[in-house]
Amino acid sequence: MGFLGRLSGRIAALAVLVAAFSGLLYAGAGKEGGRTPLPAVTIENGGKCVRDTEWMRRNHMTLLMHQRDDTMYQGVRSTDEALRNCIDCHASSETGSVIGSDRAFCQGCHSYAAVSLDCWDCHNPKVVSAGAETGK
Amino acid sequence: MSGCNDSRRRFMAAVGGAFATLTLAPGVILMAQAYTPGGAVSGARRWGLLIDTSKCPDGCDECVTACNTENGLKTATRPTDAQWIRKVEIKDPKTGWSRSFPVMCQHCEHPPCVDVCPTGASFKRADGIVLVDRHICIGCRYCMMACPYKARSLVHEPITDQKPHAPRGKGCVESCTLCVHRVDKGGTPACVEACAASGKNAMLFGDLNDPNSEIARRVKEFPTRQIRADLGLNTGVRYQGI
Repeated sequence: MGFLGRLSGRIAALAVLVAAFSGLLYAGAGKEGGRTPLPAVTIENGGKCVRDTEWMRRNHMTLLMHQRDDTMYQGVRSTDEALRNCIDCHASSETGSVIGSDRAFCQGCHSYAAVSLDCWDCHNPKVVSAGAETGK
Repeated sequence: MSGCNDSRRRFMAAVGGAFATLTLAPGVILMAQAYTPGGAVSGARRWGLLIDTSKCPDGCDECVTACNTENGLKTATRPTDAQWIRKVEIKDPKTGWSRSFPVMCQHCEHPPCVDVCPTGASFKRADGIVLVDRHICIGCRYCMMACPYKARSLVHEPITDQKPHAPRGKGCVESCTLCVHRVDKGGTPACVEACAASGKNAMLFGDLNDPNSEIARRVKEFPTRQIRADLGLNTGVRYQGI
């Protein structure tokens, strides 16, 4: 334990202090009315998903990608993870769509997080009535 | 390369598919695959179409209309509009003999569109249906140039209100999917259904690999032709009477 040892001890203490403060700041930011704006998404039929909410928030893209390839290459179309089921459950009750405003289910978070949303360039983002669905 | 993929596909199909086994001799096993709509597709089937041109009248476009309705296409009015199926007229100028019949993606066994695709978006499913994976299609249109049947179209403009089972968008190439969403649920393509509903019964859909299917019996019993058979693509769509 010479000078270097004392220095490293101080650096470690400082690091702990900084970590503690940033933790406090982060906790404050995440709360309602905090300094950081949060996405104001209207979630229709929340809590009834195929996985729990926290998992879906982080991993929904993985699930969709996996399902997409299963459907495209293997013809598996009957699982709960189909994109169509997301729309049918979570589309806005006013517009019938998952995009179109910053309160919409998909667009709300994606515009907040600045992540591009390509699905709806080809897929229909609206709930389609049973009569229009002719796919047998 | 393709031989290697094929054998791997057959192996995976045998592992993953529903099958009944019968041991013929020690080490020799006969496997019969059951058809399970909704399950993973397998190479045991080869979907095909047989079109009897003698039953296809000039001027009837029920199949084209049904395809457009089913897949959310507008009636093609401009050369750049997408078209998955079209009526073609052929005529012998010497005798005046003519025929009219539908031409769509021929679902080749050796599809040139798959050979030329630089991203792997153009692919053939294990059951012989040739599709475009729009998620990786870059819209380069090589496949459109490679296809001898002029079966593919590029979508030039943004599209809204797509059918849920037929996603379509600007910048991707598309073609007849043999109504894969129906086939996967045990149904038949919309064009075939419409042709039968109109009483013409010129189109027949079925599994070419199943010797008991009507299509396999008909192609065995009657002379049928592939368009441009000289190219050796072994199309899944066959024609009678041309």
